[in-house]
Amino acid sequence: MNAGARMKAGARMSAGPRRRDRLRRLLLPAVPFGWLLVFFGLPFLIVLKISLSDPATALPPYTPVLNWDGGVAAWSDFLAALDFENYRTLIADPLYLAAATTSLGVALAATVLLVLVGYPIAYGMARAPKGLQPLLVALMVIPFWTSFLIRIYAWIAILKGDGLLNKALLALGLIARPVEILNTLPAILIGVVYAYLPFMVLPLYAVLERLDRSLIEAARDLGASRLKAFLTVTLPLSAPGLVAGALLCFIPIIGEFIVPDLLGGPDTLMLGRVLWSEFFSNRDWPLAAAVAMLMLVIVAGPVVFFREAEARRLEGPP
Amino acid sequence: MTKRFGTVPAVEAVSLDLAAGEIFCLLGPSGCGKSTLLRMLAGFEAPSAGRILLDGRDLAGVPPHRRPVNMMFQSYALFPHMSVAGNIAYGLKQEGLAKAEIAARTAEMLRLVQLEGLAARRPDRLSGGQRQRVALARALAKRPRVLLLDEPLGALDRSLREATQAELREIQRRLGTTFVVVTHDPGEAMVLADRIGVMDRGRLVQVGSAATLYERPATRYVAGLLGDVNLIEGRLGPGGAGQARILDTPLGPLTGTDHHGAGEAGASAVLALRPERLRLAPGSEGEGDGESLPATLLDATYLGDRILYRARAADGRVLRATAPAGTAPLAPGEAVRLGVPPEAAALVPA
Repeated sequence: MNAGARMKAGARMSAGPRRRDRLRRLLLPAVPFGWLLVFFGLPFLIVLKISLSDPATALPPYTPVLNWDGGVAAWSDFLAALDFENYRTLIADPLYLAAATTSLGVALAATVLLVLVGYPIAYGMARAPKGLQPLLVALMVIPFWTSFLIRIYAWIAILKGDGLLNKALLALGLIARPVEILNTLPAILIGVVYAYLPFMVLPLYAVLERLDRSLIEAARDLGASRLKAFLTVTLPLSAPGLVAGALLCFIPIIGEFIVPDLLGGPDTLMLGRVLWSEFFSNRDWPLAAAVAMLMLVIVAGPVVFFREAEARRLEGPP
Repeated sequence: MTKRFGTVPAVEAVSLDLAAGEIFCLLGPSGCGKSTLLRMLAGFEAPSAGRILLDGRDLAGVPPHRRPVNMMFQSYALFPHMSVAGNIAYGLKQEGLAKAEIAARTAEMLRLVQLEGLAARRPDRLSGGQRQRVALARALAKRPRVLLLDEPLGALDRSLREATQAELREIQRRLGTTFVVVTHDPGEAMVLADRIGVMDRGRLVQVGSAATLYERPATRYVAGLLGDVNLIEGRLGPGGAGQARILDTPLGPLTGTDHHGAGEAGASAVLALRPERLRLAPGSEGEGDGESLPATLLDATYLGDRILYRARAADGRVLRATAPAGTAPLAPGEAVRLGVPPEAAALVPA
């Protein structure tokens, strides 16, 4: 047998495994894409469709509902019945715009506060003795063992007029009479910062813990003060953790319902609460769906922005 | 100076004078305190006792960013979020130099390490050798009085290392900066250094040129560190530092030179003999010049430039001797005599 024939035989033998390889290359990405399609793509289309429908006293509480057996005529009737009326309501009624603005403001302010509170904690954890760090991470996560609802509920006892915080401030002589914190915007901020702190601290810790200490020493050696070394080396290199933490906090805070509901009092308008009341109190599913779409747009903005920034950072200068 | 971590001394009573413009190598095994010594010079560790004087100014207590000393890190510690030029310019920016000055100095450094075309590259797109050059350029950009290099060639592979050694010397000659190099590789220290300081368990055991350390080791450890050596232990005869003294060994009395004071008469000491200094002669008759030891050849290994012989001495120990290639080879089993020239045999404390 000459070399060519041997090679052909070899090729034939490897054809089977190669085909299986190609199949695997196609199947592996199909898993996350399939997941996204079933649990994000389809629900998104359904919500989008509901947002274009009209409310109805029926089951389901909106029209039109597609008659699957009706053929082309049913489809054209169905599509003709869809309109943007709910979105017009969102724009026309200042309530929704106000709710969106408050949500956005609270989410931005809370994210800034979370960075200010979370960064020193993550930094301290990353600089703690190696043996102590698993314990510190565990302590950060332990609050999750209690229900979110209960933990936020507990803040009522701390923040209310004769609550722990006011009592402590009175005892210290810092205030003459109790201040009203509960049912205000600051109460929401306190609750949100408390609730989302681990989501800020853990990604930051993961980045800072891996940071090569000799990089900071190199900066110091090259003439940077401690502060300068932090600003020029530690901070930029922890940007991925900062972005991850900020997105992990910002996105859910936009739609946060429990914290404003429990700590914000009846007058605080945030998208989560508006959505809830449209959906459950008014049973206006189409309008609620439109609010949900509005929320999606607000959230998508920063996500796209940070992704672009991250891509630019990775590419580096030309 | 001394440095203790807790009660453990990492660097013990080290006293060292650097000459301006020299390459000084700190040589020793890992954990001998050489890196700690370097970090004290850089300012990352504070000495527990003692002073660091540079041009008469005490640096102890001066923070790292105010010392006219720069360091090249073993891991290079290049800033991954900055380009090659950004890395090199970093130290200059901290000095607050004008933009044009920074650009000029950065370009000059890039030229020095021959990386002109890679100024905009990120460190993670560079090869190991290129990264090493960037680290060197970055540390040199500030024109330090003293450059500290922690295992500067440790991360390079062997073929690259030799070329880089020559280059490092060349750059140092051109700039005239004092280099302090930490290394665990005796060969590297011998190639690079004007003077070598051997460290062992926190102490500086000997300082000298490669030739001094090789030919006149002060301790058994130094003798074994640089190159191959035969060690024969015994009891010292009378005499003192700088004299030829008799060592009473199991192979009979042998004369060696006591360079640094090997000990009192009667103390145990070691005779260090380089294989290439043993005079190998066939037959069982002595040469008459100094002592010679009868031995039986075990084997011969041809090494290209020389032949390495292993021979069994009278008490059963194996001694190594080399002869230049081209001399008539001796056959294993042959009876030989190993001549010990007293001036080539160094006496060191046991």
